[in-house]
Amino acid sequence: MSERTTQPPETEEATDTGGETEPEPTPTTVTDGATSTVRALENAGIEVMFGVQGGAIMPVYDALWDSDLRHVMMAHEQGAAHAADAYNVVSGQPGVCLATSGPGATNLVTGLADANMDSDAVVALTGQVPQHMVGSDAFQETDTTGITAPITKNNYFASDPDTVGDTVGEAVALASSGRPGPTLVDLPKDVTNGETDREPGMPQTPETYTPQDEADEAAVAEAARAIESAEKPLLLFGGGVVKANASDVAREFAIEYDIPVVTTMPGIGTMPEDHDLCLSWAGMHGTGYANMAINHTDLLIAVGTRFDDRLTGGIETFAPSAEVIHVDIDPAEISKNIHADYPLIGDAGRVVEQLHDAVSEAPDADEWREQCQTWKAEYPMDYAAPDDEPLKPQFVVEALDEATSDEAIVTSGVGQHQMWASQYWTFRDPRKWISSHGLGTMGYGLPAAIGARLAADGDEEVVCIDGDGSFLMTVEELSVAVRENLDITVAILNNEYIGMVRQWQDAFFEGRHMAAGYSWIPEFDKLAEAFGARGWRVDDYDEVADAIEEALAYDGPSVIDFHIDPAENVYPMVPSGGANDKFALSEDQL
Amino acid sequence: MSGGLEGPEPEERPTPEGRRNSQGIRIDPEVEAEPDARRAVLSALVKHEPGVLANISGLFRRRQFNIESLTVGPTTDPDRARITLEIEEPEPGIEQAKKQLQKLVPVIAVTELEASAIRRELALIKVDGSAPDQVGAVAEMYDGKTVDVSQESVTVEITGSEQKIDAAVETFGRFGIHEIVRTGTAALERGTHKTT
Repeated sequence: MSERTTQPPETEEATDTGGETEPEPTPTTVTDGATSTVRALENAGIEVMFGVQGGAIMPVYDALWDSDLRHVMMAHEQGAAHAADAYNVVSGQPGVCLATSGPGATNLVTGLADANMDSDAVVALTGQVPQHMVGSDAFQETDTTGITAPITKNNYFASDPDTVGDTVGEAVALASSGRPGPTLVDLPKDVTNGETDREPGMPQTPETYTPQDEADEAAVAEAARAIESAEKPLLLFGGGVVKANASDVAREFAIEYDIPVVTTMPGIGTMPEDHDLCLSWAGMHGTGYANMAINHTDLLIAVGTRFDDRLTGGIETFAPSAEVIHVDIDPAEISKNIHADYPLIGDAGRVVEQLHDAVSEAPDADEWREQCQTWKAEYPMDYAAPDDEPLKPQFVVEALDEATSDEAIVTSGVGQHQMWASQYWTFRDPRKWISSHGLGTMGYGLPAAIGARLAADGDEEVVCIDGDGSFLMTVEELSVAVRENLDITVAILNNEYIGMVRQWQDAFFEGRHMAAGYSWIPEFDKLAEAFGARGWRVDDYDEVADAIEEALAYDGPSVIDFHIDPAENVYPMVPSGGANDKFALSEDQL
Repeated sequence: MSGGLEGPEPEERPTPEGRRNSQGIRIDPEVEAEPDARRAVLSALVKHEPGVLANISGLFRRRQFNIESLTVGPTTDPDRARITLEIEEPEPGIEQAKKQLQKLVPVIAVTELEASAIRRELALIKVDGSAPDQVGAVAEMYDGKTVDVSQESVTVEITGSEQKIDAAVETFGRFGIHEIVRTGTAALERGTHKTT
């Protein structure tokens, strides 16, 4: 509940009826730039937004008083951007965040850069000093459009109260069309305060933005011939499959033509990880079998991936024998990192349907499928959990997965815990794994859990698997979870280290643990209680199940501080820039 | 150190034939195929609004494209401006530059100009004023003209291809160059070919 609805304005009408019924919010009438902005968001179907108040954005907040839009006041603007981002990933609807000018806007930058790298539809509305003061280094002035130009799909400087609503509408429409991404509208205070009675039109993308939906038929036919004749075909599903809601058609394609599937980390859940054909995710900490398959395939059918270096390793050694079919809605991704022999530009779902129609027979690949299963057996994702050693993080992840339903949504921060969560949780559906991939933003997990909770149905548990270092970076958002009474469970895999840094120091810096130790870490269970959440501390195997059960049962934010084996590292690991099949299974192989 | 997984060691694993070059192109292991850089002239029709040029130059800076020159000016349509960009990159880089440029929302169209396109640059060259007649004669040789004369200096205006201006600058060098300014290339397709 936002503050507005919990404390309704005392209107004449409400007093007259003795306060028996809550006053209906007055429908927004456009009177100024701020009400036009709010009307544009309503027209776009926005329901929830995340933000932080401040001087230059106050007119917009004032206009929200009279609107049904739910506003969640965050503790920090970075949290607002991440929450909006996760809201988008879970719901598919654009996530909206608000901030004031200057520090408010610059605090959004990390979240916008994160959304940009992961192609998430986030709309940021930032306050700005009045236009006559722009350029004068006024109080809380920054060049917000200048700062965010490289990390947004497009941004706008609103200069006219009559058109600001249309601009906001365009920003919302643009964020989620074609290849999604963040957009920003900078709102000078004289524009939001400026009088206008012009109703904004329905949101429209700019006329210069014309993404292509369907791939060229001749190119599809050529790719289909390549699929039919492949001996070692491999499907690679990326985050673009999730964005395009194409998981179902992609799965059908894999199953009908019996082609093994690997995913990227953002593509987790596009193929059920417990399906025979699924080899889980590939890349630096991906499974050994996924990476072996990538390295031996003769035809890589990549859908909605930008071939990030954490996936490819060194491109000189990436899928060396493979021809590449690359399906992407963004032409600039074609042959950016990996040369595409068969470029197919279009919407992931539509192009996979086109391919489905064009392929006439399944490739003859019995031997290859068998080989993939052999690799699964040769490189199992397994771990030892002896009683006399400290708690293993993998055990905690599996226990959480076990205790929650298949509908559960997992968010994470960035680091070792993120890898264990993605390796040892079995994901069966898209939009269940919410993480910071391209930018690798520590601190993403908790605000993302807040955004995910607001987007999720009531019966989907939201679990944030976090690291001690990551959790501390945005811990202030716990106050928001408490105030809004959000039912989220934070599981901290606490090793009192920036664990991934420590792992790299062990592997590549002779074990010199410079600035990696967190020996001054607070007691998170008590910290949680101080915020008004519930907290548990777990040190032993026999406490794990009970703590998880109690935390999940608690109707509100809960934090379990799992003290795990501080020496545990993440494997397999492809060393940065290395060949995918040269993954290390233990430290001595690095 | 605890942890670690089971499975054959890296050296025991079968490794396939084949290789890609540093640009991600699959190549014959016997052949080293590293494409040479070439000069390309891109023409972009853009919305004539504030911030567009900053967006474009920012794009080229952050993606580390090697930019040789950039000119911008209005067109007959007051809402449109034309930008001419010269870059020097290997083939995949040129393709990538075009695509990234096209991706910017205020960019309406991008084309790479043919080798035969008309390319012109303007230079103002200020040389020592002790021999104005000779300076004028050289300027005439390059179809240029004298645009300013003072006691100490003569300034000439030269337009033409980049090579012609390079040559002119070298020739004027003998008079002693005080200052020089060049515009970078502006270019259009020849004849009835539309530029974008």
